[in-house]
Amino acid sequence: MTASQQRIAPGRMMPPLQESSWVRWSLTAFSCSFLILFLFVPLVVVFTEALRKGFGAYWAGITDPTAWSAIKLTVLVVGISVPLNLVFGLAASWAIAKFEFWGKSLLITLIDLPFAVSPVVSGLIFVLLFGIHGWFGKWLDAWGLQVIFAVPGVVLATVFVTFPFVAREVIPLMQEQGTEQEQAALTLGANGWQTFWYVTLPNVRWAVLYGVILCNARAMGEFGAVSVVSGHIRGKTNTIPLHVEILYNEYNFVAAFAVASLLALLALVTLVAKTLVERRIHYSTSLEPTTVES
Amino acid sequence: MSIEVRNISKSFGNFTALRDVSLQVHDGELLALLGPSGSGKTTLLRIISGLEVPNPNPSSDILFHGQSVVDRPVRHREVGFVFQHYALFRHMSVADNIGFGLRMRPRATRPSKSEIRDRVGKLLKLIQLEGFGDRFPSQLSGGQRQRVALARALAVEPKVLLLDEPFGALDAKVRQGLRTWLRRLHDEIHLTSVLVTHDQEEALEVADRVVVMNQSRIEQIGTPDEVFHHPKTPFVMEFLGQVNVFHGRVTKGKIELDDPFTTEQHEPHNNSNPQAIYARPHELDIQRELTNGEGIAAKVRRLHLAGPIARVILEAENGGHVQVHLSLERFYELALQPGVAAYVVPKSGRVFEGASKTILG
Repeated sequence: MTASQQRIAPGRMMPPLQESSWVRWSLTAFSCSFLILFLFVPLVVVFTEALRKGFGAYWAGITDPTAWSAIKLTVLVVGISVPLNLVFGLAASWAIAKFEFWGKSLLITLIDLPFAVSPVVSGLIFVLLFGIHGWFGKWLDAWGLQVIFAVPGVVLATVFVTFPFVAREVIPLMQEQGTEQEQAALTLGANGWQTFWYVTLPNVRWAVLYGVILCNARAMGEFGAVSVVSGHIRGKTNTIPLHVEILYNEYNFVAAFAVASLLALLALVTLVAKTLVERRIHYSTSLEPTTVES
Repeated sequence: MSIEVRNISKSFGNFTALRDVSLQVHDGELLALLGPSGSGKTTLLRIISGLEVPNPNPSSDILFHGQSVVDRPVRHREVGFVFQHYALFRHMSVADNIGFGLRMRPRATRPSKSEIRDRVGKLLKLIQLEGFGDRFPSQLSGGQRQRVALARALAVEPKVLLLDEPFGALDAKVRQGLRTWLRRLHDEIHLTSVLVTHDQEEALEVADRVVVMNQSRIEQIGTPDEVFHHPKTPFVMEFLGQVNVFHGRVTKGKIELDDPFTTEQHEPHNNSNPQAIYARPHELDIQRELTNGEGIAAKVRRLHLAGPIARVILEAENGGHVQVHLSLERFYELALQPGVAAYVVPKSGRVFEGASKTILG
């Protein structure tokens, strides 16, 4: 065989790690149609149904007093649970990634618990703990405190369900970064707090933000656990997802989809924010030197 | 400031990193801790810095200038620590990295912003990186980063400078340059410094004194000259340079060879106290004809001529390899070629019995 015979025409040359175009096209088409069917179409349905009777009806659905109170409650719940989980997540990550202590693997497992337990079950746990017939029910009642079927219960359930988000994002990054920079800070005279604030936290800030975004989205959208503890009291203990359910069950489709569209909008905002932050995380973790030796 | 380490031991679980180590570092000295990985040198350095805590033991102590610092946490020990992988704060500019230690001081002792800027400027000049203050660590080369790390450690005016394999992550050429630069810097500022390295060349070239460590213990302390030419143990001899080991008997200061040279240590023979005799490549000669005395018949295998000396590798009849360093004149005089038969003749060698050693001439 001569050399010229071995040569393949440029147009037909295929890199060794590439599939044939037939395979590539069918895979792409399959994933696209799957995405359209399961993600894009539902999103479109939400908005078309919400605007079916015009913008006026849409606006009325959102500005209805009970809807408005559901929105306010959701904002309140998110306003409490996200900062709490931010603090908890940072503390847990700092402890797990930078220190050795007894029971560390147990703590890591516990952080994952809300992911493993069905939200309905976690709601029930709180009913069993703080409900009027629960373990602490009598004691709470004696103090005049109501947790279940009240706002504190909704907050508790949301905190429980969303607490892995920040920790789960931050722990792997902190572990990957090791403790050398912290040690350097200590030898330079920084105390523990300064080391955390000026060295550890800036190094994980994008992962923290990413965790907060996910935590926020889940806190707003949480249904199962909140549904069990809230008691569905209109205008009092209904969050946005619960309010959507009630409207839907009452065949009030326009209002249901109008309120649901708020959650859908939130999802879109979350996706955009998440993509932007992910890009920053990628940028800040690709720390390997672009080495130019001098 | 002088450093004294007394009877320090350290174990991590079942692993003993240091066994009863004592050491003195004189004021203004540059001391190298030299040893293979796992010998405990980094642990010792970290214990001096306070990043690691020694095993509790009433007789153990660490003294800076005669004062015990065992109970002092890292941040109050006033040590500058330079890490192998720089440990620069990558979200801070070079200038912010260098000024970090000053900015972290309590308000009462913290210099003003302009003072910090001045100090950073001076340090940038010292490390020859003027104009690099606004860059980020990721925009610097390895050698530049390590200099920034050094400046950052010096900025807080430490009493002691501790360097943990500072050039370990750099390539050979940069290492060589930085090594020379570090020594010049030390001669300028005379800060008591301890350098950890596994590179014997680096230790011998840079340090005032070298501490050779092996298996959690100190094998020998001495000037580079002493440890290289008068090793106290076979380990020091082997670690500090190439060595040929062969077996023979020593009678009245004369070597009687039993066994051809090998570069590896053999199990001792049982009969009539033969001993391992150690000779560095430059302590051997090659002769084409055996004129007098003893020699090993061998064949020339390989020649390395790229350098100030000729390095000749020969294979003895039993298959053992011998390395001989000759001056280039001597080499050309012998006209050696691969495959040529020759004799290896020891000019001098060493025998270690316990800790004492005999030099044979």
